[in-house]
Amino acid sequence: MSRQSLAKAHQKIQELAWEPQYHEPYMKYGTDYTFRKSAKKDPLKQVLRSYFPMEEEKDNRVYGAQDGAIRGNMFRQVQERWLEWQKLFLSIIPLPEISAARSMPMLFHVVPNPELHNGQAIQMIDEVRHSTIQQNLKRLYMNNYIDPAGFNNSLRNFQSDYCGTIGRQFAEGFITGDAITAASIYLTIVAETAFTNTLFVAMPAEAAANGDYLLPTVFHSVQSDESRHISNGYATLLMALSDEDNRQLLERDLRYAWWNNHRVVDAAIGTFIEYGTKDRRKDRESYAEMWRRWIYDDYYRSYLVPLEKYGLTIPHDLIEESWKQIWEKGYVHEVAQFFATGWLANYWRIDAMTDEDFEWFEYKYPGWYDRYGKWWENYSRLATPNGHNAIVAEDVDYVYPHRCWTCMVPCLVREDMVMAEVDGQWRTYCHEVCRWTDVEAFRPTYQGRETPNMGQLVGHREWETLYHGWNWADVVKDMGFVRDDGKTMTAQPHLDLDPKKMWTLDHMRRMPPLQSPNVLLNEMSDDQRQAFHADYVRQGPAGRPAPTDA
Amino acid sequence: MTTTETPSERPERSVPKPVFTDAEAGAREFPDSGASARRYNYFAPAKRKQTHYEDVTVEVQPDPRHYLTQGWIYGFANGETGYPLHWTKLKAWGVDEPEPQRGIGTGGLPVENWPAHGWHEFRDPNEEWEQSLYRYNANVVRQLTQNVENARNAKAFTMWSPNWVRFVERHVGAWMHIEHILGLYVFASNERSAPTNMHNTALAANSTRKIRFAQDLALYNLTLTEEIEGFDGTAHLDAWNSDAEWQGARKVTEALTAIENDWGEAVFAANIVFEPLIGELFRSNLVMQSAAPNGDFVTPTVMGAGEYDFAQRDLRWTIACFGPLVQDREFADHNRQLMSGWLAKWVPQALEAARTMQPLWSAVDHKPPRFEDSLDRVKNRFAGICSDLGLDTPEELKL
Repeated sequence: MSRQSLAKAHQKIQELAWEPQYHEPYMKYGTDYTFRKSAKKDPLKQVLRSYFPMEEEKDNRVYGAQDGAIRGNMFRQVQERWLEWQKLFLSIIPLPEISAARSMPMLFHVVPNPELHNGQAIQMIDEVRHSTIQQNLKRLYMNNYIDPAGFNNSLRNFQSDYCGTIGRQFAEGFITGDAITAASIYLTIVAETAFTNTLFVAMPAEAAANGDYLLPTVFHSVQSDESRHISNGYATLLMALSDEDNRQLLERDLRYAWWNNHRVVDAAIGTFIEYGTKDRRKDRESYAEMWRRWIYDDYYRSYLVPLEKYGLTIPHDLIEESWKQIWEKGYVHEVAQFFATGWLANYWRIDAMTDEDFEWFEYKYPGWYDRYGKWWENYSRLATPNGHNAIVAEDVDYVYPHRCWTCMVPCLVREDMVMAEVDGQWRTYCHEVCRWTDVEAFRPTYQGRETPNMGQLVGHREWETLYHGWNWADVVKDMGFVRDDGKTMTAQPHLDLDPKKMWTLDHMRRMPPLQSPNVLLNEMSDDQRQAFHADYVRQGPAGRPAPTDA
Repeated sequence: MTTTETPSERPERSVPKPVFTDAEAGAREFPDSGASARRYNYFAPAKRKQTHYEDVTVEVQPDPRHYLTQGWIYGFANGETGYPLHWTKLKAWGVDEPEPQRGIGTGGLPVENWPAHGWHEFRDPNEEWEQSLYRYNANVVRQLTQNVENARNAKAFTMWSPNWVRFVERHVGAWMHIEHILGLYVFASNERSAPTNMHNTALAANSTRKIRFAQDLALYNLTLTEEIEGFDGTAHLDAWNSDAEWQGARKVTEALTAIENDWGEAVFAANIVFEPLIGELFRSNLVMQSAAPNGDFVTPTVMGAGEYDFAQRDLRWTIACFGPLVQDREFADHNRQLMSGWLAKWVPQALEAARTMQPLWSAVDHKPPRFEDSLDRVKNRFAGICSDLGLDTPEELKL
C-alpha cells in the first residue's frame, strides 16, 4: 500500500458500513441465535488494495513451484501409495472449499455487524481461490502421474462414491440449516480452527515425505488464508456469547460439530497419513501424535478451554472420547481396514501393508499386529485375481459393518453401535453422539426449545441401499469406476499396473450380490434386531465376528 | 608440518529418503495410460476443447440430476436442499424434468446426457477463477496506487478548484456506498443461490470487483484528506445520508438488496438496469466528463477502473448468463416475459433516481455535457444492451 498504513486504511473503509434507510435487505437465511448489536472488531483488518497483490504473489510462488516440479520430474520420486489416496482427497476437498465461500452470505444475513461482513467477504474470495487451486493441482496430477484413472473422472466419482458422501458433510454442513450452526460453529470454529491443522499442515508434511512437494506448496498457501478465517469465527463466537440465550445452542452445536468433524476428518486424514505413506521412520509422528499436538494441545487446550471463562460450555467429554477412539479403540485403523475391504467400490488403488509397515504400526500402536496384522496378510494374499473373490466376499474373519446414519462412516468400533427407530426406519449409529445428533440435535425442538431454523439430515445416507441385490460388476459399472478398455476396474487392491494382474468386471461378476445392511435390518423382526445388536456390539476389533463361546 | 583436522562426524539426521519410483506419466502402458485419459471426462466442454477455467470450475457444485446418487445429505428446516432451481423464477431447459427418484435397488441413476438442464451450459466469458481473479484485481490496484502516487508527487491536487474539491469529497465519495452495498448485499449475498458453480463463482468475482472499487474510492478519499487542505473526508457520509440528489439512487440500491428469493432478478436489475442507467450515467457521463475541465486528471483513472470492471467484465458475464435464457429452447417465452416484467419494474425506478441526480450536473464550475444529453446516451446504451439480450426496449424508457 502507498503511505497509508493498513490500520488507517482499515479504519477508513469502516465508513462504508451501511444502515438501511429505505429498504431492509432480504434475509434469506435464518438462525435461532440472537445477536445484540455488540460491536466486535473485524479481526482480519484486510484491505483489498493490499490483499490482491499479496494473493497474486502467493499464487506466483505456487505456480512457479508447479513448473519446477514438472521440469524436475517430481513424479519419478512420488510414492504411488500416496498419490492414489489423493484421488480421494482431491476429489472431496474442492467442494468444502467452495461451500465455505457459499456460506459467507449466510453470515451477512444473520450477523448484524457490518465490520465483520468485510472479513467474511474476503473469506469468500479466499475460498474461491482454494477450491480452484485444488482443482488445478488435481489436474496437474492427472496430467503427470503414471495413473490418471480416478483423477480424470474425479468429480463424478466423488459424487457417487460412499467416501465422497462422507466427505460431503464437510461441505453441505457449512451451507445448510441454521446459518450460525453451519457457517460459524461447524465451519469456522471447529472445521477451520481445529481440523485444518491436520488437513492442511500435517498431511502436506506427509506428502513431502512421499516425494510430493506440490501438495505442501498448495496447501500451505491455502492454510496461510485459513489462519485469517479462524479470526472471523472467533469474532462471531464472541458476539454469540454475549447473549445468554445462545448458550444452549452453542453447547449443542459445539458437541455436534466437534463430534462430526472428529468422525469425518479423523477417518479420512488419519487413513491418508497412516496408511497412505511409505515413510516408516520410527521418529516421524503418527497421526495419534499429530492429533495430540495439533488438535488436543493447540486447539482444545489453547483455544477452546480459555473460552470457558466467557461462558462457553466445552464438550470436554467428547474431546476425551475422541482421543480414546483414536488411541485405544483403533478408530483410524478400523477405518483404513474398511476402506481396503471395500476397495472395489472406490476409484483409487490401495496396496497391502508390508512387513515394514507392520513394524512401524506395532512400534507406534503397541498391539496393532494382533488386531490387524492377520487381516492385512489376507489382503496381500488376495490382492491379485487368482480364482478367488475380492476380499469382501472371502472368509477373512471380517463382518461387513453397518453404516452410521449420521456420519455415514460405518459402525466400526462395534461395541459403541446403537440403534434407534426414527421416522419409521431403524437406523444404526456408530456412537451415542451420532444418535443424539440425528434424533435430538437436528430437530425443530431441542430440549423443549423451539429451533425452527435447525437443519435436517436427509438423503440416501446408506450407499448400499441403492445397490441392494445388485451384482458387483453392475455396481462398479453403474458408478463409472471402469477404465478406458471398458472392463478393467479403476480401483485395485495393489499397485501393479500390469494389466494381467488387474481386476476386471468379469472378476466381479462371479461374486455374490451386494446386500444393504440397513435394508436387511429393517426386514428383521424386533427379536431378530435385538439379537443382531447384541451380537454386533460383541464383534471386533478389526471386524472379527463375536466370539461364539461367550 | 601441517596437520589436517578430521571434522567431527555429523550425526545422521532423520529425514525421508528420496526413492526412485518411476511414477511419471508414460512410464507404463495399461488401461487408461494414454493421453486421452488425461482430461476431466465428466462434463461436456462448451467448445471443442475444454478450457482451464472449465476444468477448475465445472461440476464442483454437485447436482442430483448428474452424479449425486445419494442426494443432498443436509436440508434446511423447510426441506429445501442444496441449490434449489426455484431460487430464481427464471427457467432453463430441462428444469421441469423430475429429478431421478433413487431408492432401494435403483442404482445410482447417473446422468446420461450431460448437462441434463440448461443452467449447466453457462460459462463465464471472463473465465474467472483464482488466477484470473487475482491477476486482474492486483493489476488494477497496482495501477491505481501508482496513478494516485504520481498525482501526489506532482502536486496535481493543487490544481483543483474549490468547487471541484467539494464535488469530489461529497459526490464521488458518495458513490463508494453504492459499490459497497451492491458488492456485499447484492452480489455476494446471492452467491449461495445460483444453480451452478459457474454462476456462483461469477457472482463472487463480480462482488469482489465491486467491493474493491468501493474500497478504492474510500482510500482515494483518504489520500485526498491527507493531501488537500480543507478536504472533508467525512462529507461523503453526509451526502449519502442527506443530500436529496443521492436519495433516489440510494433508494434503488437498497431496493436491489431487498429482492426476495430471486438471485436472477437481483443480478438482472443490478447489471442490466441499474448499472447502465445510473452507474454509467454518474461515472462516465458526469465524473469522467467533468474532471479534466476542472483540473483533475486523477479521479477519472480511479473511476475508470470501476467503469472498466462493469463494462468489460460484469456486463459481459451478465449478458452471457441471461442472453441464452431469452433464446432458451424450452422457456424462451417464460424468460422473456419475466425479464420484460423486471424491466417494467426497475427501469422507472432507475430513471426516477437518475433524474433526482440532475442537480449534480450543475455543481461544478466547468460543466459537463447537459444532463439530458447524458441521460440520452445511457438510454441508448441501455437499449443496445436490451437488444444484445434479445429483449424489446421497454416502454418505460420513454419516461
